Amino acid sequence: MKPTSNTKQQLKSPDDEMWELRLYVAGQTPKSIKAFANLNKICEEKLAGRYTIEVIDLLENPQLAAGHQIFAIPTLVRTMPTPIRKIIGDLSNTERTLVGLDIRSVG
Amino acid sequence: MSRARRASLEALQKSPTGIEGLDEITRGGFPTGRTTLICGGAGCGKTLFATEFLVRGAIQYDEPGVFMSFEESGEELTRNVASLGFDLKDLFARKKLIIDHVKIERSEIEETGEYDLEALFIRLSYAIDSIGAKRVVLDTLESLFSALPNEGVLRAEIRRMFGWLKSRGMTAVITGERGAGTLTRHGLEEYVSDCVILLDHRVEDLVSTRRLRVIKYRGSTHGTNEYPFLIDEQGISVLPITSLGLNYEVSNDRVPTGIDRLDTMLGGKGVYRGSSILISGAAGTGKSSMAAQFADATCCRGERCIYFAFEESQNQIIRNMRSIGIDLERWEKRGLLRFHAARPTVHGLEMHLVTMNKEITEFQPSVAIVDPVTNLISTGTSREVEATLTRLIDFLKSRNITLFFTSLSHGKLNVESSEAAISSLMDTWILLKNIESSGERNRGLYILKSRGMPHSNQIREFRLTDNGVHLSDVYLGPAGVLTGSARVAQEAKEAAEARSRRDEIVRRERALEGKRAAIEAQMAALRVEFAAEEEEFRTILAQEKTIDTSIDDQRREMARARKADAGSLTSAEPENKRKQAVRGNGKRKAK
Repeated sequence: MKPTSNTKQQLKSPDDEMWELRLYVAGQTPKSIKAFANLNKICEEKLAGRYTIEVIDLLENPQLAAGHQIFAIPTLVRTMPTPIRKIIGDLSNTERTLVGLDIRSVG
Repeated sequence: MSRARRASLEALQKSPTGIEGLDEITRGGFPTGRTTLICGGAGCGKTLFATEFLVRGAIQYDEPGVFMSFEESGEELTRNVASLGFDLKDLFARKKLIIDHVKIERSEIEETGEYDLEALFIRLSYAIDSIGAKRVVLDTLESLFSALPNEGVLRAEIRRMFGWLKSRGMTAVITGERGAGTLTRHGLEEYVSDCVILLDHRVEDLVSTRRLRVIKYRGSTHGTNEYPFLIDEQGISVLPITSLGLNYEVSNDRVPTGIDRLDTMLGGKGVYRGSSILISGAAGTGKSSMAAQFADATCCRGERCIYFAFEESQNQIIRNMRSIGIDLERWEKRGLLRFHAARPTVHGLEMHLVTMNKEITEFQPSVAIVDPVTNLISTGTSREVEATLTRLIDFLKSRNITLFFTSLSHGKLNVESSEAAISSLMDTWILLKNIESSGERNRGLYILKSRGMPHSNQIREFRLTDNGVHLSDVYLGPAGVLTGSARVAQEAKEAAEARSRRDEIVRRERALEGKRAAIEAQMAALRVEFAAEEEEFRTILAQEKTIDTSIDDQRREMARARKADAGSLTSAEPENKRKQAVRGNGKRKAK
C-alpha cells in the first residue's frame, strides 16, 4: 500500500472495459498516502479486476506536471475510458469520487 | 563595522524592466527578488506589461524568465505579442523564456477532500531550473479562484507561493483583474506588499487614454502621478515626464526665424534656442506659413525639424507651401524634416504627447513645430491641457529643443485672455491679426511678448509672397493703420506728391536758369552798346585830333607864307618847340 512511482497494480480483467487511472503525488505526504488508500478501496469495491493504477511522483518526474496539466496534489486522472476526468483531493469523499470517475453502477 | 552598516543601508536592489519610461518612474525598475503586482481592468495591458518585462529581461539584461499563464496558451501569447515585435519562438529556442500554460477546465475537475497546489510549485521550479530563470510572471493567478471552489486552500497556497518565490530570489510579476472597490477582484494585493502598479484605461469625451500609476513601492521613492502610456509596434512606452522641474540649462544661442524683419523685431537675432514660441491668430492669418518658413530656415541651417500637423496631411502642407515658394519636400527627402500628421481625435491629449515624446526622442530634432496646438487642446479639459503641455515644454526645454506652436484663436473673445492657459508657458508670443479696411482684409503681425530680449512694439504688415513670408511697414496716418491696397494707394499717392514736388523744383530751377540767361544776354547787349559808344567816341576823338593837326599845319603854312619869325622857322627846329608854339597859339586863341 505504498505509493511508489510507476507502480502498476493490475488485476484480472473480466468482460467489461479496462479502467486506466493515474494518481499524481509529490513525495509521500500524508495526503497522498491517504488518497492512494482511498483509491484502492474504491477500485476494489467497484472495479475489481478491470482497472490499473499508475502512481506518478512529480518530485521524480517534474516535467510530467506541465505535460499532463497537473496543478494540485494529489490528483487522480482517469485516462480510460475517455473522456479524461480529473479529481483533485485525497478522495476521502467516496460519493464525490464515484461521481467524478463516473462510476454509477456497482460492478 | 561602519562598512557593515553601510552595507545594510544599501538601497533596495532593482531589476530594470526595460520598458520605456517605467524605469524612470520606479527609479530603476521592479524590486529584485520580490513580487510586483500589476492590476487593472480588462484590456488595459496587464499581460503585455508582464510579457515585455520578461522579454526585455531576457534580451537586454540576460535574465531568463518563466511565464506561467493561466489564461492564454503559449501559441496565443506568441501570436499576440508578435505584433509588438517580440519574437518569442526565438527566445524559446535560445532557452531564454518558457511559457507554461496552466489549463484548468472547470468541467473536467471534481474536488474531493484535501489537496494543495504543490504541482504548480513543481512545475514552476522545474521551469526555473531548466533555463536558470531570474524572472517569473504569473498571469493571472486569479483565474484559479474561478477554477477551484475551495478559496481557503487557494489563499493559503497563494500566500505560500509568494513566500516561495521570494525564497528562490525570483523577481516576480503577478497580474490581477481590478475588482469593485479593491485593486484586485480577490484581494491579491494583501499578499503583495512590495510594489503595486495600477493600470487604467479611461474614456473621457469619447477619447480613451491608458494610464499607469505606482500605488506602492516599499523601500523606494517613485513617481506618484498618473502617467499615460502607449502600446505600439515597439511595445509599451510610458510618458516619463516626472515634472522635470525648472532647473534645466538655458541657452543664450539665438535662432533666426527665417523672416528677416521678424528677427529685427526680436532684437535683431531671432528667438532663443530651446524657448517656446506661440503664434496665434484667427483662421487664415498665415500661421502655418510662418511655421513652414521657420521649418525651412531650420533645415537651411542643417538642423533637424519635426513637424506635428494636426490639420493638414503632409502632402497638403508641402503642396501649399510650394505656392509661397517654400520647398519643404527637399528637406524631407534629405531627412532633415519629419512630418507627423494625425487627427487630434485619434486619441487623447496624453497619448499625443506620448507619441510626440517618442518621435522627438527618436528623431532628435532641434526644432519641433506643433500646428496647431489648439486642436490638441480641444481633446482635453483645460486643467489637463495645462499640466500636459507643461510637461511637454519642460521635456523639450530640458533637451534644448525650440518649440513652435501655432494656435487658432476664434476671434470672438479677447485673444489675450482666451489663451491664458498656455500663453504663460510661452517665452515668445507673436500675434497675427486680420486688419479690415477699405473693403479688404490684410494680415498684421505684432509681438505680444518676448522674454529676455528687446522687441519691437510696431505692427508690421505680414505678406505672403512668391518667395516666402515678408514683413513690411504699415502706413500709419490720420486715418489709422493702412495695409494692403490702401497702403499701396497711400504709397502711390505719396510717390505722386513727391514726384510733383520734384517737378516743381526742376521747373523753377529751369525758370531761374532762363532768367539768368536773359540777364546775361541783356548784359552782353549792353556791353556791346557800350563798346559801340566807346568806339564812336574814339572815332570822334581821332577826328578831332586830325582836325587839330590840320589847323596847326594850316597856321604854320600861313605863318611861313607871311614870313614871320624867319629865324625860328628853320628846318632844324626841334619838335617840342613846335608844340609849345602850338600851345602858345592855343592860349592865345582862348583869350
